[in-house]
Amino acid sequence: MKEKLLEIKDEYLSFFTPAGEVKALNGVSFSMEEGEVLGIVGESGSGKSVTAYSLMGLTAYPGKLVSGTIRFNGHQVETMTEKEFRKMRGNEVSIIFQDPMTSLNPVYTIGNQIREVILLHTDKTKKEAQERAKELLELVGINEPEKRLKQYPHELSGGMRQRVMIAIALACEPKLLIADEPTTALDVTIQAQILELMQELREKLGMSIIMITHDLGVVASMCEKIAVMYAGHIIEYGTADEIFYSPKHEYTKGLIRSIPKLDTEEDERLVPIEGQPVDLLNPPKGCPFAPRCASCMKICLDQMPPKTELSDTHYSHCWLLQKDQFEEGGRGL
Amino acid sequence: MNKQDILMEIQHLQQYFPAGGYGKNKRVVKAVDDVSFAIRRGETLGLVGESGCGKTTVGRTMLRLYEPTDGRIIYDGKIIFDSGNHPLQNPDGTTQRDGNGNVILGTKSAVDMLPYRRRMQIVFQDPYASLDPRMTIGDIVGEPIDIHKLANSKEERRDRILSLLERVGLNSEHANRYPHEFSGGQRQRVGIARALAVDPEFIVCDEPVSALDVSIQAQVVNMFEDLQKELGLTYLFIAHDLSIVKHISDRIGVMYLGKLVELADSYELITKSAHPYTRSLISAIPIADPKTARASKRIPLQGDVPSPLNPPSGCRFRTRCPYATEQCAGECPEFKEISPGHWAACHNLEQVN
Repeated sequence: MKEKLLEIKDEYLSFFTPAGEVKALNGVSFSMEEGEVLGIVGESGSGKSVTAYSLMGLTAYPGKLVSGTIRFNGHQVETMTEKEFRKMRGNEVSIIFQDPMTSLNPVYTIGNQIREVILLHTDKTKKEAQERAKELLELVGINEPEKRLKQYPHELSGGMRQRVMIAIALACEPKLLIADEPTTALDVTIQAQILELMQELREKLGMSIIMITHDLGVVASMCEKIAVMYAGHIIEYGTADEIFYSPKHEYTKGLIRSIPKLDTEEDERLVPIEGQPVDLLNPPKGCPFAPRCASCMKICLDQMPPKTELSDTHYSHCWLLQKDQFEEGGRGL
Repeated sequence: MNKQDILMEIQHLQQYFPAGGYGKNKRVVKAVDDVSFAIRRGETLGLVGESGCGKTTVGRTMLRLYEPTDGRIIYDGKIIFDSGNHPLQNPDGTTQRDGNGNVILGTKSAVDMLPYRRRMQIVFQDPYASLDPRMTIGDIVGEPIDIHKLANSKEERRDRILSLLERVGLNSEHANRYPHEFSGGQRQRVGIARALAVDPEFIVCDEPVSALDVSIQAQVVNMFEDLQKELGLTYLFIAHDLSIVKHISDRIGVMYLGKLVELADSYELITKSAHPYTRSLISAIPIADPKTARASKRIPLQGDVPSPLNPPSGCRFRTRCPYATEQCAGECPEFKEISPGHWAACHNLEQVN
C-alpha cells in the first residue's frame, strides 16, 4: 500500500463576516496517496478552493479553521505557525492560481520570480538558480528561455504566463501540486496545451495533483479520483469511472446530465438542476441539496444524510442510498 | 438561400479600431475583416472562436453599437448601413451590373437606428457588469419601455414589467430589488427581460452563459430555446464553448483572428469540419466521459494566437496550421461553398480532408 500523503478529517471552516458566520466547509474528509491525481468539482462557493487553501495555511481573513485535523507529508497542519508554513509552501506543496494575469508580479521579471522560489528554499547560488530557472522554462515548453527570463509578465500571452506559473510551482519539486482552476481563464486550444503539459509533467515527476475545477470535462481526462462538493460538503467521492458511469448522488447525476452532448444529431433538451445555488449564510437545515433535489424526501429537509459506502473507493451522502441499503437489509440505518 | 427568409445580413463587414500612433505610424487593430453572412428568420446562428477573434465585435457592429469602418448591413431587406465601397447584390446572390456591364456600388448611407433598436436587442456576457447597480430591477427592465414610449400609463408600464419578469422566471416582488441581491443566473434573466421589453425580433446573445455555473447554464439555455419558440425570435448566439453553441444553434460560424473561416449546419460542422482550425478546436474540447477522453487524440495547435495589430499575411491561421504552404502566406483564401450550405476558407481543403 502506498503512503498516505494527505489526510483531512472532519474539517470545519467558517468565515466570520459582519453579516454572520458563513460555513464554508462542513466536515470535509478525504485522503490522498502519493502520486495520485484528485479532482475537486463543484460550483462557485461550494468550498473547493477553500479546502485546498486551508492545507497551505492560506485561509483568508475572516476565515478560521473551526475543527478537524489535516495531516500532510508528516506535518500537523492545523497547529503549524506562519514560519513553518513559509518553509512548507513552495517546497513541499505549491499552487497554480486561476488567473495567470494577476498572479504574477508585474514589476519583476519572469527570471526574478522563478529564482526567488529557488533561492528561498534551497542552498543554490544565484548562478545555479539561474540555470535551474532556465531548465524549468524548458521543462514547461517555453522557447528561448534565456530571453523569456528577462521579460516581464505583460510581454507574455495568457498561456505562456500559465506555463511560467507552473514552472514556479515546480521549482522545488513539490510532493503536491494544487491547481486551482488552472485553465478557466484560457481559451480551449490553450487549455488543451496546458492540460497536456500537466499530464506530461506528472508522468515525468510523479507528484500528486489536486485539480480544482467546475468543468467536468477537465477532470474526466486527468483525474483518477473525483470529489464532488456542494455547499461545503463532499457529497460524492469515487474513481473517475464511478463518478461518470454510476453517479449515485442526485446532484452529481444532475451535473452530468446538464452537459450538452457534442456528438448527437438531434439536440435533446438539456436537463438543468432547478433552483438557485445555496445561500451559505442561511444554509438549509438538512441536506444542502434538498431544496433543489427532484426526489427530496421529508427526512432530507431535516437531517444531513450519513455516509453510504458503495465500494472501497466510492461513497456518497444521500438519504435515498440509505433507504436502498436498508431495504436490501444491508448495513444502512 | 432565399433572400425573403433572411432577417439580418452583413456583407464585407469590417471593423478596425485605432490603436494609437499618428500619420504614417497610425496603427489599427483589425478586429473584424471582410466578414459576410446572413441569418434566416427564426434561426439561431452560433458564432464561436477564441478570445480576441472578433466574434463579439461582429455582434456589436451588426447592431451598429460600433460604427463599421467598411461593409454593408441589411436588416429585413433594408440597408441600415452602407460604406459605398462594395457592389450591390441581386436577390440571387450575383453582383448587380448596369446596362454596360459595370458593377453598381451601393450608396453611402447610415440610417437613424432608433426604430430599429426596437427590433434588435442584445444580451451581454457579464451579468455583474451589465446591470446598473443603482437602479431597481423594475427600472432596468422598464427603461427600454420608457425610451420607446411603449406604455401609455404608469399602470400599463408596471404590468408590462411584471409580465416580463414572469416570462423569464422571476416574480413580481423582485421588481423593487437591486441587482446585488441576485445570483448570476437571476441577473442574466434580468438582462434577458430587458432585451425582451421592446418585443424584438432579433437578439444578439453575447456569451450569455459563460459567466454562469454549469447547473445554471442549462436553465438559461433552455429559457432561450423556450422564448424562441414562443416569440419566434432570431438569435445570433456568440460563445466560446462549442458544446453549448452546438446544442442551441441551427448553423455555426467559426471565426479566427477577425475572419470567418467556416460556416455550416451545426451537426455537419462538428462531424464533417473542413477547416483545420475548426478541427483542432473541436478536438480541444474536454470530453466529460473518462473512457472517450482517454482514448481521444487531440490535434494540438502550436503557439498562441498572433496579435490582431499585426496579423500574418495571407491566411491568418497559417502560423499555427499543420498544412500551411507557401501559397497560404501569399494570398488570402477565398471563403467558398464546398458543399451545399457548407462554407470554408482554406487553400488546402483536399489535403486536409
